[in-house]
Amino acid sequence: MKHKTFFWFVLPSSLAMLLFIFFPIVSVLIQSVHVDTEQVIKEVTNCGPFGCETITAVDQEATQALKRENPIGRFAGFTTYLDRRHLAIDEVRAAWSTSNGIGSFIKQLVNLPFYKAMSFTLAFTFIVTPLVIIFGFIIAVAVNSAAKWMRGPLIFFSLLPMLVTPLIGALILFWMVDARGIVGNALQYLAGDPTLSVKASTPLTWIMLMVYGVWHSAPFAFIVYYAGLQSVNQDTLESAMIDGASRWEQIRYVIIPHLLPLTTFIALMQLMDNFRVFEPIVSFSAEAHATSLSWAIYNDLGGETRQLSSAAATSVLTILGICILLLPVLVRTWRDFTRK
Amino acid sequence: MTVQAQKRSHLLNLVLIAVLVIWMILAAFPFLWTLWGSFKVEGDFFSKANWANALTGPLTIRETGGSFTGDGYHGAWIKEAFGLAALNTMIVCVFVVTISLTFGTLGGYALSRSTYRYAFWFLIIALIFRAMPPITLVSGYLPVFFNWNLWGYLPTAIVVLVAINQPFTLWMLHSFFKNIPKDLDESAMVDGCNRFQAFRHVIVPVMWPGVITTGLFSFLLAYNDFAVTAMILSKENQTMVPKISSFLGTTQTKGNVMFAVAAVVSATAPLFVMVLFFQRQIVSGLTAGAVKG
Repeated sequence: MKHKTFFWFVLPSSLAMLLFIFFPIVSVLIQSVHVDTEQVIKEVTNCGPFGCETITAVDQEATQALKRENPIGRFAGFTTYLDRRHLAIDEVRAAWSTSNGIGSFIKQLVNLPFYKAMSFTLAFTFIVTPLVIIFGFIIAVAVNSAAKWMRGPLIFFSLLPMLVTPLIGALILFWMVDARGIVGNALQYLAGDPTLSVKASTPLTWIMLMVYGVWHSAPFAFIVYYAGLQSVNQDTLESAMIDGASRWEQIRYVIIPHLLPLTTFIALMQLMDNFRVFEPIVSFSAEAHATSLSWAIYNDLGGETRQLSSAAATSVLTILGICILLLPVLVRTWRDFTRK
Repeated sequence: MTVQAQKRSHLLNLVLIAVLVIWMILAAFPFLWTLWGSFKVEGDFFSKANWANALTGPLTIRETGGSFTGDGYHGAWIKEAFGLAALNTMIVCVFVVTISLTFGTLGGYALSRSTYRYAFWFLIIALIFRAMPPITLVSGYLPVFFNWNLWGYLPTAIVVLVAINQPFTLWMLHSFFKNIPKDLDESAMVDGCNRFQAFRHVIVPVMWPGVITTGLFSFLLAYNDFAVTAMILSKENQTMVPKISSFLGTTQTKGNVMFAVAAVVSATAPLFVMVLFFQRQIVSGLTAGAVKG
């Protein structure tokens, strides 16, 4: 294809991505090193029947004028990154010097908003992703062994947890694990503790969010593995059988090597998607016990006072995290590409 | 396969069946439970006394006279104007899918036919963009949208969702177009078509299976989005998902959590129908990226 034709064909979609993905990233970078313009304070003398008094007030006009002049605020360097809501350098240093062991240091660290969000995001990403792969594989093997006429309905129901809106799926589970819901009741019965509430306990909230994550994503791994199982080379499998391979050996030496590239694909997609975990925290109203980076940005942006600089700084840190996560994949692609 | 099935031991069969039964319960039961419960009153769906009340519904009978009630639906659709949100969602989805597919087919086709190095890098950059959490981009849009007075309107959300959709759409359509033989459009070009005419008259008629599959996923992305629509749309223009989340803030205090339950069921129903009709396309779409590399 000629360069010129290629250019015109990709123009609409590159323009869309340039304007609404690339520029926002730049905009976030710029915002994160600026803070809101300061309010202009003026002294007003109010004279009433009991004499005059001088009070200070915000000069709305002057503030607005300053804002118009300087819409992105004033330059602040990295102060937003280093403040208490983000990397919290001072607090971390203080925690380091006062704590008497790595355990108590970590305990103080996860009380800081950014590290709290970071710890849950990382835990979620690296616990849910392998579980999704394992459960997806087990379900795929089971469905693949079912009778042909059953597979259609089985796949139909298996797809539901993944395709349903994340916020809605999480809400449905949340209502069931409510202390007055069916699963909540069952847990109380099993634990023999009628006051047990999943919502009130940090470890249980984490577990619940992760269970939701696995429930939501396992169908994706399942369907990819299922398609992979359909395309296993039957000749190889048969010759393995003739050579006397047991069922387990067939899985170990024929099927798993065949599915390995698919595992890389699933792992990549899941790492990207789990790192942005967000909706379940909103649905479960879990912010007291677990927050994520995406949730922290959402929290800064929402509400009466939109803290744009703070959200921008968290966004930049999140993007950095994503880049670190993707780095191994990119390096590998680059190696494959240059080898060709 | 039949040979293997005969060889399978009873124990293994039992394990496989157990896995399937447990998984089916996990996957389907929450939806059935919520559907059933949405026709009950709150005191039954969240029962302090006995969880089985949600099935039999003694309070529902006492409060409304029947064992099923449409109060939740009445509240959500009539009192809280959920219909408007549904309409907004429909508008957003139709436009997002149409525009995404138009842009995506052109770009995906070009990427599948170009043999130059930059096509590869284009796809890699798209992959990196695909990895960006939408909420980080939203924090980049907001100040600009506020300044230019674009915040709160449906078209803004549509354009943003189209752009967020692009990387994925490009990847998917790229792999579909790769499967359409090059000879097809090249012979058209030998016959005197230019590139666009070849695309228009030769590729467009055969691309629909791939486009429908990709369209389903664009639809899902637009329909399921919360991060963008919650932050960019004003209260009057809300789509269904942010509307449901706003129910949670207001209705839990009012004691009308059943509105949210009814709204959740209403918003899930179209997805059920979609999976029912397009199961094969969805499965082929999910596996296209993986199996073909």
